[in-house]
Amino acid sequence: MVLLLQYTIIFASVLCLVALGGCFSEHSGVINLGLEGIMVMGALGGAVTMFLLPAGTSKIVIVLATTLFAILIGMIYSCLLGLACINFKADQTLVGTAMNLLATAAATVFVRAMNTSINPDNVSSSIQYIQPKKAFLKYIGGFEFNWFMVMAVVLLIASWFVLYKTKFGLRLMACGENPQAADSVGINVYKMRWAGVLISGFLGGLGGIVYITAGVSEWKFEMGVAGFGFLALAVMIFGQWKPTRIALAALLFGLFRALSNVYTGIPILAAMKLPSTVYNMLPYIISLVVLAFTSKNSRAPKAEGIPYDKGMR
Amino acid sequence: MKDKKFSLKNPSLQSILTSLICIILGLLIGYIVLLMINPAGAGEAIKTILLNFLSRSSAAAQMKALGNTLAKTAPLLMCALSICFCYKVGLFNIGAPGQYEAGACIGLYAALAWHMNWVLCLIFAALAGAVVGAISGALKAYRNVNEVISGIMLNWIMLYLTNMVLSSKKVKDPASPYTIKLMSGNKSALIPSAGLNKLFANNTTVTIAIPLAILFAILIWVILSKTKFGYELRATGFNKEAARYAGMKEKQNIIITLAIGGALAGVGAAFLFLTGYQEWSTTQTSVPGMGFNGIAATFLGGLHPIGTIFASFFIQSITDGGALINKSVYPSQISDLISSIIIYLCAFVLFFKYALNKWISKRDKGGPNVNDVPVTDNAAKKEGGDK
Repeated sequence: MVLLLQYTIIFASVLCLVALGGCFSEHSGVINLGLEGIMVMGALGGAVTMFLLPAGTSKIVIVLATTLFAILIGMIYSCLLGLACINFKADQTLVGTAMNLLATAAATVFVRAMNTSINPDNVSSSIQYIQPKKAFLKYIGGFEFNWFMVMAVVLLIASWFVLYKTKFGLRLMACGENPQAADSVGINVYKMRWAGVLISGFLGGLGGIVYITAGVSEWKFEMGVAGFGFLALAVMIFGQWKPTRIALAALLFGLFRALSNVYTGIPILAAMKLPSTVYNMLPYIISLVVLAFTSKNSRAPKAEGIPYDKGMR
Repeated sequence: MKDKKFSLKNPSLQSILTSLICIILGLLIGYIVLLMINPAGAGEAIKTILLNFLSRSSAAAQMKALGNTLAKTAPLLMCALSICFCYKVGLFNIGAPGQYEAGACIGLYAALAWHMNWVLCLIFAALAGAVVGAISGALKAYRNVNEVISGIMLNWIMLYLTNMVLSSKKVKDPASPYTIKLMSGNKSALIPSAGLNKLFANNTTVTIAIPLAILFAILIWVILSKTKFGYELRATGFNKEAARYAGMKEKQNIIITLAIGGALAGVGAAFLFLTGYQEWSTTQTSVPGMGFNGIAATFLGGLHPIGTIFASFFIQSITDGGALINKSVYPSQISDLISSIIIYLCAFVLFFKYALNKWISKRDKGGPNVNDVPVTDNAAKKEGGDK
């Protein structure tokens, strides 16, 4: 049971962070389908940092450096979305899809090239981080506490505050609802959308490193992040683009995702003898059903997905 | 001179031109990455990727390798057609991989558990894909669920469902995670070759699937641009409200479009798995790349069914070429990298065309204006720098 709680919280942290990233981007008017790709890049940045830090590095440095690089790479990668969709008015769905494919391919190429350059016989696409990962963990009884959980809560509160209580957040949301009106009162829509996309790169990149360190100590980059970015999008829609509801939705989806990791340890579930694929499918089936019932009166930002053109009314 | 100007305004020529720009830039970035990994063999590697089967030594080996590439182009083309057809109707069918998985699932199950012949297996695969597509369509039409989101969810659901169904004792090889080879399980389910394999050094994976896929491309083109049915579908895509006002059943059209798209992707899976080219691995944990590569082929083909034929071949050829490079030095995923860069660049196609037309109109007005040419160049360089 402790294990279930632990996995639920860590997966909920990932989903919450990434969904909040999507939330910022969509509130500014840009659909971010590339979250999956941003997560992969953030994971790559963090994993490489952990791998390259010398063995004796103090815990606090490991935590800070890993987090920082994951965020940085995530933000740099999100520029691909901003450049194409804001400045060149490209199709946002296409760009997002391309970014997801590109991230997995680029990360695999990078990791394999790195592994081969260190040891010519090593052609694997995985990075190991058993030792540095311990810097993030603290054991409280049987519960494996992770510093990322705190970060997720802090960023959740910060996101709520920024979106609803600051001038910046309200202006950002105005750009997603009615960019022409926002522009007419002197808000720079392009700048606001860039801000939204960069924040989604920040949160998505962080979510990526949290995800790959959640359960395992080694990551194979060929796998990308196994559809977690898309699950985060479902969390965001289910949460109706509102931080508090996103947090609750993330907990629910996190629970279902955690079940697939630990169901063998829970007597009732193990007794049902369902194949493990059922638990793998569950989060996706549930999100599809939930979407079918909630999308009718969806509160999506009205101008999302439409490139802003100054000359258009 | 006048002829040349006229031809540059031709939209199809512009599409080809912009696709070529995307390819060249994609290859250039790929080459730079290869140079960064190891400058010594980079030229050789990019040549291998481009030449693919031509880099084999003997003529027979070349034909055999070409046959392999063609055998995989057929399913890719079907996935690309699925996405292309839906995109023309204003729907982004990112669920093609899921429909492809459904086709593989039922197609292989029909072949191995029910011992049907290939025609029936093909029909079952098409139906399975159509059902999955129709689910996305119905969710979009009646429940307002974006087809992109439902498509992505269905991709994962179908992946696990297919793994589960094909793990049953009737279809799975007990000694490996793969399904039973059709050669030993049920020969009648293999798509016939009709003598085509003789042309490709007895490569048994070369079947009539290849000409059939090309026929499908022509059929889709005819339906979309020459029939009332296709016109209605496209009208729905342009403006749902206007289509309804004109008496078209817009909800039904959305479902039909995605069902057809799904059927095409389902047939695509049958075209791969019923040729005996490979077996389904029941332990795979990622959505097969065929559907996503289909997106690349669609946009590279200028969103034209005929263009996708060539684009599919190109994408498949560089993918196969990537597998031939020296793997102890370069990762074979370099070709995935190149094709994903190409998809990304395809997003700029509208801008390329806009810049081209602006340049032409300026030139028409007051002679050639050199200042405008570097605009495209700079934009392209900026993208390169970001990677």
